[in-house]
Amino acid sequence: MSDTKSHDVAELDMRERAADFLVSRHTFRWTEALPWLIAIACFFLFPNRMTFGNQLLIMVMFALSLDLIMGYAGIVTLGHAAFFGVGAYTVALASLQLGWTEPVSGLVAGGVMAGIFGAVVGWFILRYRGLTLLMLTIAFGAMLQESGNLRSDITGGYDGLPGLMFDPLFGYFQYDLYGHTNYWYVLGVLAIMFYIVRRIVYSPFGQTLTGIRENVRRMHAIGSPVHRRLVTVYAISAAIAGVAGALFTQTNAYVTLTVFDFDNSAKVLVMLILGGTGRLYGPFLGAAVYMILEDYFSKLSPTFWQLGIGLLLVLAVLFARRGVLGIAEDAGGWFAAIKSRGASAPRRLVWKREYWNALGASALDGAIIGFIAGFAVNLNQAGFMTTYVTSMPARAILFTLAGAAVGAGINAVYLLITSRTSVEEQTS
Amino acid sequence: MTAPALQIEGLNRSFGALHVTRDINLTLERGARRALIGPNGAGKTTLINLVTGALRPSSGTVSLNGEDITASSQADRARRGLARTFQVNQLFRGLTVLENICMAIGERDGHNNNLWRSAGSRREVIDEALDHLESLRLVGDALKLVRNLPYGRQRLVEIAIALAQRPRVLLLDEPAAGVPSSESHLILDVVAGLDPDIAVLIIEHDMDVVFRFAKEITVLVQGAVFTQGTPEEIMANEDVRAVYLGQEGHQAAERGGQHG
Repeated sequence: MSDTKSHDVAELDMRERAADFLVSRHTFRWTEALPWLIAIACFFLFPNRMTFGNQLLIMVMFALSLDLIMGYAGIVTLGHAAFFGVGAYTVALASLQLGWTEPVSGLVAGGVMAGIFGAVVGWFILRYRGLTLLMLTIAFGAMLQESGNLRSDITGGYDGLPGLMFDPLFGYFQYDLYGHTNYWYVLGVLAIMFYIVRRIVYSPFGQTLTGIRENVRRMHAIGSPVHRRLVTVYAISAAIAGVAGALFTQTNAYVTLTVFDFDNSAKVLVMLILGGTGRLYGPFLGAAVYMILEDYFSKLSPTFWQLGIGLLLVLAVLFARRGVLGIAEDAGGWFAAIKSRGASAPRRLVWKREYWNALGASALDGAIIGFIAGFAVNLNQAGFMTTYVTSMPARAILFTLAGAAVGAGINAVYLLITSRTSVEEQTS
Repeated sequence: MTAPALQIEGLNRSFGALHVTRDINLTLERGARRALIGPNGAGKTTLINLVTGALRPSSGTVSLNGEDITASSQADRARRGLARTFQVNQLFRGLTVLENICMAIGERDGHNNNLWRSAGSRREVIDEALDHLESLRLVGDALKLVRNLPYGRQRLVEIAIALAQRPRVLLLDEPAAGVPSSESHLILDVVAGLDPDIAVLIIEHDMDVVFRFAKEITVLVQGAVFTQGTPEEIMANEDVRAVYLGQEGHQAAERGGQHG
């Protein structure tokens, strides 16, 4: 090592750097303003699509609540729609049964009610982890939905409660047909929720959530009340999901039991994974990409739009495990690497046996997906391809082959991109 | 007379028909340096898990500073001053070394219940964490992710976390396990230089370390205390040689000879 004097200086420097490092994580960066500016710009760019915009922002909020427990604390759930539903029905029933039509206090009530549900349920189920926990979250969601269905005299069942009335916002702003008032309302609430989540994530409490996800044994060993922490964050997350649900009811003036659907829980999970879990802006990106593509596909092919979403998911699972934000980070790192070593360094692509194996495996994956897709089309007996290829076996073969080609092709491109860095690392 | 730092009385634990811990009595006085040795499968790690509360005993009691903690949770025991390291690293691999240490300090002082204040805004926590790292010569690695450190350094982080808890009783489960012998002296120096007020129980296979570090040795065989005594007594004990030193001690001596 070096002599003591320079060592001391280095160490003082280290202390400053360490403090700076920890603090710099929470300081606001200008890039963080970007999503919000885009959201504001959308208001002026697409004034006719504000109803869609409202739904999108609500899903962002819903995904954000899930990110808090899944991305940070590592609680995987397929029943988060339960809390969305509790919030949605709290507002609806308060308006219908109690005449409580003031929107902002209704929102608070929806959040508090969902938070209480979250705390109680969490206290029971968060003793378990992994698959057991996953099953319990599904079971709880289904139970709530069924109890709503049993008392369809109150909840309106799957026909729903239409024509809910709410007071003007702050007693002044009237709602319009295009959802313009609502857009600002939802965006404002999202900003508040986001601020809360951001504070929590960067607090010592938030750090312990990451600790629980990373290594729960160590958390126990350093004296962390793991169960209490998990229940706390679960209740907070449930409350935010409840606020999102309450906004859903208020902006639609209508609610049905479908808000509790398993589909809804799965969809928000997919959005979050698509955007990137454990990142504050993953929910924004994921919800936006998912909902815009869903909107696009459903116009393109009203029968088969789910196929497009399915393909998107397959692609995400194969190539973007860390979500769109993960890709962005990788790309950023790649460019930084090129910059630092000069762009002209020649890179040789070494085709190895592993690559051929990888290609073969992805071709097989593609073939299986293609076969299933072909099978689905055959079952439907309608739609694209059926008019051109008439025999069922022919369609099945065609889809299988096409799937294999697409799978191998995509993976080849992927390997070409990644091998630029990874092969070099392996060989050098 | 003050109560011993750690006292284990009549501890038993069975997994079904398998009786892995049999009637163990063990006392650590304040500042004790005790080694726990025994052949593989003797129940050493099980004993640590029983003491820390990761496992519940079938019968018997564990007391920390005179208070019965047999029914306490792991977290509660940790807050009362019982710290451990793991045989296989249990670290927050995706966080920096500094954050690993701050996590333990925050848990000890109760900062970690705070939902609103920024982590890293408490300068005294960072300073203390860096002090701990400095004592283990890890300051240079403070801002590196744990998973990017070589295994030997990760072992040191494991000890640093335990020290950041400011324990009164420290259980070290094979602190140098998996570390090449060229680096293990770093870890053993740290172990030898621990605060003399802390009572230390160390599980170790390397007999050189055991005889150099420990003032008392407990030999565990098939879940029961075979014998206890000073290193000299244990070394002279023919029965211990037969069951334990005869096999592994010989190998350890050979290993030591190769590298020494």
